[in-house]
Amino acid sequence: MASSPVGTLYRGREGMWTWVAHRITGVVLFFFLFAHVIDTAMVRVSPEAYNQTVEIYKNPIVGLMEAGLVAALLFHAFNGIRLILVDFWSQGPRYHKQLAYGVVVLWTVLMVPFLIRHLSHVFGGN
Amino acid sequence: MATPVIAPPRSRAAKGGNFELNSWLFMRGSGLILVVLVIGHLFVNLMVGKGIERVDFAFVAGKWSSPFWQTWDLAMLWLAELHGMNGLRTIINDYTTKDTSRFVLKTLLYFSAFIVLVLGTLVIFTFDPCGDPGFASENTFCGGN
Repeated sequence: MASSPVGTLYRGREGMWTWVAHRITGVVLFFFLFAHVIDTAMVRVSPEAYNQTVEIYKNPIVGLMEAGLVAALLFHAFNGIRLILVDFWSQGPRYHKQLAYGVVVLWTVLMVPFLIRHLSHVFGGN
Repeated sequence: MATPVIAPPRSRAAKGGNFELNSWLFMRGSGLILVVLVIGHLFVNLMVGKGIERVDFAFVAGKWSSPFWQTWDLAMLWLAELHGMNGLRTIINDYTTKDTSRFVLKTLLYFSAFIVLVLGTLVIFTFDPCGDPGFASENTFCGGN
């Protein structure tokens, strides 16, 4: 096995792993959208049916899954912007690694306040 | 001596447009708009006030009484579903090895996208919270007391 895959594309590292994560998070978001449209459609059944359904989202375990969903969404969004920059910005391909670390930094910066606030809603009730 | 003939370069795209190029562009365009629409949606529904704790029928009724949020949610629904459908289409093309499995998975994919788009659009446009007598009598914005 080659010890140094220098000069090749998609042999591990930033390019491949962001690609893998982009696919996985994309599939997760697609399936959630299906569920989310169905649960929102409960408003056409009755106020009680909708309130019962949305109550599921306030359950602590589902609340943690929501945090995972937001984590997936924010990664997919920022990595998507990175992808657009790599495709359309003349310097994009040269800085694709730096952009990948930028995605991770921006993701962390937004996830920390989001988690503090969302988890205090889910677990603290306010 | 005969002049050597050089074959003309391949035409850039097949006749009748370039579907894959257009879908590639659509992923980037819709993605950029979705970043704003979805992060805005998450902020208003999860971060403002009591976040998820305050989301109930009345919350949705309040939001969809405004054409602004109706338009926002309709755009988000269509762009997200088409963006996701196109992404899944690419993944199916990449990983299926048999024509049959490719056909079955794509049929399921397009069927589910159709359901989501039609159901979602109908819900946004036909939602009338004041049509529910119990809700209408308790909420002033329905003209009740």
